[in-house]
Amino acid sequence: MNNKFYGKLIFELSQTGRQAYSLPKNECSEYALACLPSHLMRQQAPLLPEVDELSVVRHYINMSNNNFGVDTGFYPLGSCTMKYNPRINEEVATHREFVGLHPLQCSETAQGALAVYYCLQTCLADISGLSEFTLNPYAGAHGELTGLMIMRGYHMERGDLKRTKVIIPDSAHGTNPASSAVCGLEVVVVKSRPDGTVDIDDLMPLLDETIAGMMMTNPNTLGIFEHNIGKIAKAVHDCGGLMYYDGANLNPMLGKVRPGDIGFDIMHINLHKTFSTPHGGGGPGSGPVGVRAGLEHLLPNPRVVKVSEDGFETFKLQCSDQSIGSISAHLGNFGVMLRALAYILTMGREQLKWVGPLATLNANYIKESLKDVFELPISGVCKHEFVFDGLKDKTSGVTTLDVAKRLLDYGFHAPTIYFPLLFHEALMIEPTENESKQTLDEFIHIMRQIAQEAKDDPEMVKTAPHNTPVRRLDDTLAALHPVVTWRELQAENY
Amino acid sequence: MDGLYYSESHEYVKVEGNLGFIGITDYAQQQLGNVVYVDMPEVDDEVTAGEEFGAVESVKAASDLISPVSGTVVEGNEALEDEPGLVNKDAFANWIIKVEMSNTDELANLMDAAAYKAMIGE
Repeated sequence: MNNKFYGKLIFELSQTGRQAYSLPKNECSEYALACLPSHLMRQQAPLLPEVDELSVVRHYINMSNNNFGVDTGFYPLGSCTMKYNPRINEEVATHREFVGLHPLQCSETAQGALAVYYCLQTCLADISGLSEFTLNPYAGAHGELTGLMIMRGYHMERGDLKRTKVIIPDSAHGTNPASSAVCGLEVVVVKSRPDGTVDIDDLMPLLDETIAGMMMTNPNTLGIFEHNIGKIAKAVHDCGGLMYYDGANLNPMLGKVRPGDIGFDIMHINLHKTFSTPHGGGGPGSGPVGVRAGLEHLLPNPRVVKVSEDGFETFKLQCSDQSIGSISAHLGNFGVMLRALAYILTMGREQLKWVGPLATLNANYIKESLKDVFELPISGVCKHEFVFDGLKDKTSGVTTLDVAKRLLDYGFHAPTIYFPLLFHEALMIEPTENESKQTLDEFIHIMRQIAQEAKDDPEMVKTAPHNTPVRRLDDTLAALHPVVTWRELQAENY
Repeated sequence: MDGLYYSESHEYVKVEGNLGFIGITDYAQQQLGNVVYVDMPEVDDEVTAGEEFGAVESVKAASDLISPVSGTVVEGNEALEDEPGLVNKDAFANWIIKVEMSNTDELANLMDAAAYKAMIGE
């Protein structure tokens, strides 16, 4: 039970003059202040909350109790792969020997960390069927940009400067066109067929000597495996382009299909999705990028390489003039890499092969159990996720938004809603392989109950949530008139 | 609404002589939900039939605006800058840009109200 008083804003708990600690007098302060130019000196004390330590603790503990995460409940957020983050990952990542490293430490004294980096990039190359990986990109979209820079670099080093366009399916994640634009490439959209797969008849006329490549997820955004991938990859390669694999939906492929084996040349992996590192609420993420043989020299600087000297194997940082350059400070988010490697090694090759099939089984179990009450626009077997187009019975006027809000009342995180844009009332569910049959059954039971409530008491569903710390928020007002600081809130009130 | 020309991407043109008033249809505003921002071109900018000239952002999605006709922008609906929600109140009264059309033959490529209604399944 949360305490309403301590759940207020920290500024509202402030009492003028109250402090948590008495610090000893700083004997340097007057001297230090005298050295600063007067125009850089603050004339008034900053407006900070003045709160005792116990109140600060109570405030933040109460706040944290309002948090929802994969550790508190089922989190079927489609396209996000909200996996459980095994505790052993944290155990490994918080080892003193790793935590105490400095990013500027010379590589001779950080051999253990470089061994971790090297081992993970080797594992990822093996899992994805590509030649080599860099772990430097900070997150998925950063990986996309890195991959596209490699694609552009490949054409430029051949002197093929006409290739300025990237083909992207209309069902793609929004980051694909955004990354292309940031990379200075023009986006050409290819249409989907009614089942969500790429329309090959629409694709063929787009292929010419201006195409740098094509970006795809497989399975696609609707959770459907792209059966024509061989044909698509061949056509894109025949016109001189490269195939880019967006690893957002890699989870159902793990151990079953390797992107490198089905025609992809470049890819990124979201470690924070497929490899069980934390995400949501700030990550941090990690977006390793892999390339097929022949493109390794373009990978960003620096790269971690293994060298043998006098019978000893050591790891070194290597920079190359042919590289696209440096894309991040140091070597990316190292703490995330430790967690991902811990996951891969604790799972092992044989167990990792079960991730995809179980994620697929769970998604299909929910889909088949709910398709009589929710509209299923694409029937048949899906992979790791699927999309409903709202309630089957739309006469009550209860929308996807209302269903999502009502789910919060039952302690479930809502699925992804109103994405992809191919359907008006999209509700996108991805359970992951982690959930027990009991959890899935409970979710199915509650979804059916909400469908029934929509018939019996639509007004109650339309005004949900009723049991959450705050009720339904005004999205429009928040977008038009955001109040995000204490100062702004004070200005509102006076 | 009768008398207007409609595109497949849910824009309409209301024609007065050589002038075209371009906006999004009532169906489009319903699907978008509450509009929070309308991005429109400057006066004297050129627009081309089939190409993007701005965007409408709602709480659900941001959607490109595709011009149904070619021409030069003579006016943008400034009222939408302060109150983008006008598009939701009356999409047909609150056009987004007024264009001096350079080729009225392009209107023949657009749909009439009956054909548009059939397309959206009404």
